[in-house]
Amino acid sequence: MAISFNMNGKAVSVDDDGEMPLLWAIRDNLKMTGTKFGCGIGYCGACSVMVNGELTRSCITPVEDVAGAEITTIEGLAAEGEATKVQEAWIKEQVPQCGYCQSGMIMAATSLLAEVPNPTDDDIDAAMTNICRCGSYPRVRKAIKRAAAAMQTSVAVGETANG
Amino acid sequence: MVKFTRRGFMIGGAVTGGTIAGALALGVGFLSTVDTEGLEGNVRSDGTIDLNAWITIQTDGRIIFSIPRNEMGQGVYTALPMLIAEELEIDIHDPNFSVEHPTETLPVYTNFVLALRKRPEMIGGAADWLGQKIYGLVGFIGTGGSTSVVDAYTPLRRAGAAAREMLVTAAANRWGVPVSDCYAENAHVIRRSTGEKLSYGDVAADAAKVTPNKKPKMKAASEFKVIGKPLARIDIPSKTRGEAKFGIDTVLEGMKYAAVVQSPVFGGTVRMIDDSEAKKVKGYRRTVDLGDGVAVVADNYYYAKKAAGLLNIEYDEGTNNALSSAKISEMLRAAVDTGETHTFIDEGDTLAATSGDDAFEARYELPYLAHACMEPMNATAVVRDGHCEIWASSQVPLMMESAAKAHVQDLKSVVAHTTLSGGGFGRRAEGDFIVHAVKVAVAMPGVPVQTIWSREEDIQHDTYRPAVAAKVRASLNADGTPEALDYKIALQSVGLSFSRRNLPIEMGGLKDAGNIEGVREIPYHIEKKRISNSTIDIKVPVGNWRSVGYSYNAFFLESFMDELAIKAGADPLHYRKDLLKGHARMHKLAERLEQVSGWGTQVGEGKGRGVAIHASFRSYVGQVIDISLVDGAVKIDKITCVIDCGQVVNPDTVAAQMESGIIYGLTAAMYGEITIEDGRAVQSNFPDYEMLRLRQTPEIVVDIINSTELPGGVGEPGTPPVFPALANAYFNLTGKRLRSMPLTKHGVEFN
Repeated sequence: MAISFNMNGKAVSVDDDGEMPLLWAIRDNLKMTGTKFGCGIGYCGACSVMVNGELTRSCITPVEDVAGAEITTIEGLAAEGEATKVQEAWIKEQVPQCGYCQSGMIMAATSLLAEVPNPTDDDIDAAMTNICRCGSYPRVRKAIKRAAAAMQTSVAVGETANG
Repeated sequence: MVKFTRRGFMIGGAVTGGTIAGALALGVGFLSTVDTEGLEGNVRSDGTIDLNAWITIQTDGRIIFSIPRNEMGQGVYTALPMLIAEELEIDIHDPNFSVEHPTETLPVYTNFVLALRKRPEMIGGAADWLGQKIYGLVGFIGTGGSTSVVDAYTPLRRAGAAAREMLVTAAANRWGVPVSDCYAENAHVIRRSTGEKLSYGDVAADAAKVTPNKKPKMKAASEFKVIGKPLARIDIPSKTRGEAKFGIDTVLEGMKYAAVVQSPVFGGTVRMIDDSEAKKVKGYRRTVDLGDGVAVVADNYYYAKKAAGLLNIEYDEGTNNALSSAKISEMLRAAVDTGETHTFIDEGDTLAATSGDDAFEARYELPYLAHACMEPMNATAVVRDGHCEIWASSQVPLMMESAAKAHVQDLKSVVAHTTLSGGGFGRRAEGDFIVHAVKVAVAMPGVPVQTIWSREEDIQHDTYRPAVAAKVRASLNADGTPEALDYKIALQSVGLSFSRRNLPIEMGGLKDAGNIEGVREIPYHIEKKRISNSTIDIKVPVGNWRSVGYSYNAFFLESFMDELAIKAGADPLHYRKDLLKGHARMHKLAERLEQVSGWGTQVGEGKGRGVAIHASFRSYVGQVIDISLVDGAVKIDKITCVIDCGQVVNPDTVAAQMESGIIYGLTAAMYGEITIEDGRAVQSNFPDYEMLRLRQTPEIVVDIINSTELPGGVGEPGTPPVFPALANAYFNLTGKRLRSMPLTKHGVEFN
């Protein structure tokens, strides 16, 4: 039976085993390749997406569990031609090297900043468990702090504009 | 690019051997037609203009650089274009500019530094000429050995300058003015006297017909506007949007997916396959016997993997199933003491000097290490009527060509697409995963198939950094400095293992120069030296792992130097510095490291500090590691890294590569070990092949020495010093000398 959900705002459906991990629905069936396969056991974080706004490792999430859900992948974080504050900070700090783990890193950072707008080093340590083999970690930390600052500034500007 | 001399597509025979034999048979006259300069222009039938082998201008004015090196995170898609752009006078961040890895393997794209082990600036004479022509014909395009910038530094600046002169000449002719009245700036030729402008696109067609000046005017280092200034990498924005395409992101019409199961025992072969259960899986398409394993093709990777898991395979395990880490360790230790020995360097009577009872001896040992690239091994291939097309994250595109030649019957053509790599570290210099994809494609004629190794296959069938044992002895002068050094290691030769897997000829072995990388030229003043090795020949596959020989020899030598310093009651950094007086760059590096790291300051209670200095890949790197003990666990607080890599191209990339190399080495020093039981790898995924995480990552300070020497490599040199610097810091903290790794094996816990 087809399983339907929304991906990056568009209705999609896959006609596959319900136990198939969401990752393969996204990559192989829907041909959205920004979400990566790293370990297949939910350990490295390369496959991270948002399911109803919650950070989720798609390689261990059965597709039947997301029926009717709103999925956001790396491709859907920003409107076309635009970038989120996190993505901007990632470019500013020149974070990615090979870049393969970075979709997951950015999803995790985005999730962290949604919950903790001004994270401490400890918050960053606890939230960012993704594995990177190129050693982008020091720059990931800097970029999260930069993004947090930029988001606070834009909130402040927004408040002023509204007030 | 019809005008360039192409490599002959020689069918039959493995790539290297066949091509070399064919080329030699054709003689010097033929070889002289092989274009190893690549400076000629060309107008293609569709109007696209090639100013030379690297620079293409499309009819709409878009400028494309062909960069025949694999972007795997080290920044070649930015650093190499910077070299061209410096002379061509263009901004590589202009939206009209892009970079691609060419599919055509022109002779001039050969990595001559890798092939000839010589900088292009030093190439000359008949032997080098022949070497260039032969390797050019082979199409020895490779990304590795931290050579990309070293190899490209002069040729790519020259290519940019020659193209600029062609454009200026074409514009001057158009205006009917002397060339001296024109100059190039920001992708335009400008007429000095009137300020008139012509864009490169406007004059490109005429420029392509201008005979290139093989010795164009090039800037002195003092005139550089691009080289040496930090520049944002051009591949980064797409990597933040999930748009960058790695090999595994190849999507083709009607594409199927294959999962692979390989003989768990190294060298085992498939004897019998029962796929009756696999066939019942939804989306199942085909079972393919790969010889060393089995692939299952299905409609998506999930079904392929599920079906592969249901295969019942009988293997002929050969004689390797008795291999174990304990046994290998015994073999290595025995080889160090009594194995057949090759002595690479023998200066002075080292043996006599170090045979006394008062000689100091230390033994060290290091384990196998996996690469664990984040993008698991994979390749995509399709075979249609003898035409084979392959997409792979590969450091050596020749592997695609040789896989097709070896496994596609009646092969008519091969097109090899080199994609971005999700990490390489030497693993992607191998052909094994590409061979699997080609075999699968052959079994599925006309159907594109993406063949993906699972993480478990990736780790259990890696080509590991070899396990190595070392015995190091020194006799000492009265002041505690070494009089003689007797250095011997035992290991498997990477050259032999690699060549057996990937080349038509066997190379390496007991005399493999790679075995002693890092101790061939010891910078310290030691009067008598003997550097030797023994090799063991077993079936554990070993390969090039980020910094390879340097990664273990740096640990042995720099741990030993530390031990000698302690024994002499000397400060470990000062002890080294004194012995480096004859080596100006290393001595300067040591001095700089002392300043930048705050070496002289007290570390305080519960803290430790270690140092190591190592030359590798034509660069020099020194590191100081500060650690502390927190609740019984070691915390890595800070790493200070000083590098002298000669002329810097992109300083931010140099810093990033130091951070990267350090974290790669640190991970291995703390946790890295592949153990062998019953002839197979024990570890299989990240939980048992553990990685450093963000929370454990120390502050890393990188200091780059200003230099106008020719460039050295940066992708690997950050890795070797980490191992000894960490062990030395641990000694400083605890008084315990750990002579093998990973440190967790000694019960060391990390914060």
